[in-house]
Amino acid sequence: MSERLMEKLSILADAAKYDVSCSSSGSSRKNENKGLGDAKGVGICHAYTEDGRCVSLLKILLTNHCIFDCAYCVSRKSNDVKRAAFTVQEVVDLTINFYRRNYIEGLFLSSGIFKNADYTMERLVRIAKKLRQEHNFHGYIHLKAIPGASDELLKEAGLFADRLSVNIEMPTEQSLRLLAPDKNRKDMIAPMKYLKGAIEENREDKKIFKKAPLFAPAGQSTQMVIGATPENDRQILWMANQFYDKMKLKRVYYSGYVPVSNDNRLPAIGTPVPMIRENRLYQADWLLRFYGFEVDEIVNEENPLLEMDIDPKLSWALRNLQLFPLDINKADLSLIMRIPGIGVSSAKKIVAARKFSKLTWDHLKKFGIAVNRARNFVTCQSDVFNRRDWLPSQIKDKILQAGKSKYSPNFSPQLKLF
Amino acid sequence: MVTVIYDGTFEGFLTAVFEVYEYKFSSVNITTKERFQQNVFNNHHESLFNEEKAARVWKGLTAKISAAALSQLYKAFLSEETGMEDILLKYIQYAFAKKQTIESDYSNAAVLTVIQTAKKVYREKHRMEAFIRFQLTGDGLFYAVCQPDFNVLPLIEKHFKSRYADQRWLIYDSKRKYGIYYDRFKVETVQLSFDEKTNNGKNIQIMLDEKELLYQQLWQQYFKSVNIVARKNTKLHIQHMPKRYWKFLPEKQSDAFR
Ligand code: SF4
Repeated sequence: MSERLMEKLSILADAAKYDVSCSSSGSSRKNENKGLGDAKGVGICHAYTEDGRCVSLLKILLTNHCIFDCAYCVSRKSNDVKRAAFTVQEVVDLTINFYRRNYIEGLFLSSGIFKNADYTMERLVRIAKKLRQEHNFHGYIHLKAIPGASDELLKEAGLFADRLSVNIEMPTEQSLRLLAPDKNRKDMIAPMKYLKGAIEENREDKKIFKKAPLFAPAGQSTQMVIGATPENDRQILWMANQFYDKMKLKRVYYSGYVPVSNDNRLPAIGTPVPMIRENRLYQADWLLRFYGFEVDEIVNEENPLLEMDIDPKLSWALRNLQLFPLDINKADLSLIMRIPGIGVSSAKKIVAARKFSKLTWDHLKKFGIAVNRARNFVTCQSDVFNRRDWLPSQIKDKILQAGKSKYSPNFSPQLKLF
Repeated sequence: MVTVIYDGTFEGFLTAVFEVYEYKFSSVNITTKERFQQNVFNNHHESLFNEEKAARVWKGLTAKISAAALSQLYKAFLSEETGMEDILLKYIQYAFAKKQTIESDYSNAAVLTVIQTAKKVYREKHRMEAFIRFQLTGDGLFYAVCQPDFNVLPLIEKHFKSRYADQRWLIYDSKRKYGIYYDRFKVETVQLSFDEKTNNGKNIQIMLDEKELLYQQLWQQYFKSVNIVARKNTKLHIQHMPKRYWKFLPEKQSDAFR
């Protein structure tokens, strides 16, 4: 019996791993009545895969049987792979036993679609319900909302899960039509909209009645596959921004396409995963969410692609040299955050510390700031700023030579591709 | 130069700080009994833990710096780094000397060191919350061994207590030779004495629950399956999971007991 379980786990974890989201943060679920677990605040990565990704949740499919045939997916109907399905009880037991040993923060459950959307969704919800009600489990639960599932089931899902996600998969409708003919965009947007409404309503209720039940306290997220289709970074970031703005999503994940098919609509097997691009998209996403940047400042009509050899913030700064140098002892926090080499927390340190004394390069170094990078964009106490006549390309070269990008040793051969 | 010697506990250290003021020592360093090396050129003063003195220093600090800064002080102390007591003393003296709060004066060397050290200790605390792996024993105890870089058990207690409220657990620091034990009601600091049956705790396999190995193997299988070979990045992997932690992680004991 244990061998069969082992096999199921290997098939259904393998099939689930292409969903990159593994976040377990942002919830507010507390342990109550001496139950098991909690899911408050920061998530924990209990391990890291050999490719360096965070392992926080038990991320599995309930089954990889699927009636759909999405070209980019290993579980597609037409693919010749071994199929398996967990029972409800097996998923519950694995979750509880892994959790008790401190292997995981909780469960991320997704599934291929068997029979129909509601039938599948009902099983996912049943597992979450069992964990919460029979095992008094307060750990993190992320459920995939199956496109086309009914509002009633989504509502129930929200009552037991911390986070729900509907993957949009492709950045544009055309790509979706091309690669996932059984799916339509409307079926994906509808549950997102429903969840947005239900989450907002719940947050209002919570303000009035503290005891109102939690509803998806960690909000909803989505994922786009990158590099399987020809969309440029501007289209992708524009789309992501729409999700943050209009759907109030907590996170948009970008998943570099891992070739799993010889389908000629897609990059061939063996094509490298676009990891640098994926990383640059996350950096750009970060700038949107935490640094007060607008999409247009990062990518626009003239520059629709993110630069691969430098990060998007440096790229922006080089295009806007007229704004620099900034005086570290005077400039606004919002501007200091925009200086290449200075992150949000260093920027805050600078603003706090300059109340006590005029800051010098020595201070900045001790704060852990990438001084080499920042030097080209700021002036300090007792500093001769000598960049004035340099061209953006010269600064870029200087920075590139000084600090090797953390990707260059590993992935430089892939650069040709972009 | 006077060396003030204390017992190594945080309260003992606060007492020592009190006595630096009480005896008006001006050129002074503070160190533990363990680390103290008799030196003919130096005077030394042995400070004995005194609850009232310690409390007075703590109370005085409470009036000068925020709760967050107090916790940074404590964390920096738990780093057990050589010379940390002297830096903490400088920090405290600076805090008492100034009217306004000094906790965000990153341009002051002592303040910055305390903040940075506290951050390192916090990172280790967070790592322990991530990398502790319990094994279930036959009598229902979840048992874990660790060797954290800093003395972080006092910091992780709360996390494990609220998370595993319904199970008995024990986390043992085999470097510092003490553990914390939760009996479903309260957490206590404990010393362990291992017996021969387990070869001084090295061989606890025989004490384990019958299903324990199955779950370890399932976890290993899971860890293997989620890896995406096409994305392999060993450097990043090791940066996140430094090798010194591996011996306590079942997922890194590949196939050892298959
Ligand atoms: S519906 Fe989901 S599981 Fe099925 S083929 Fe499409 S992406 Fe894969």
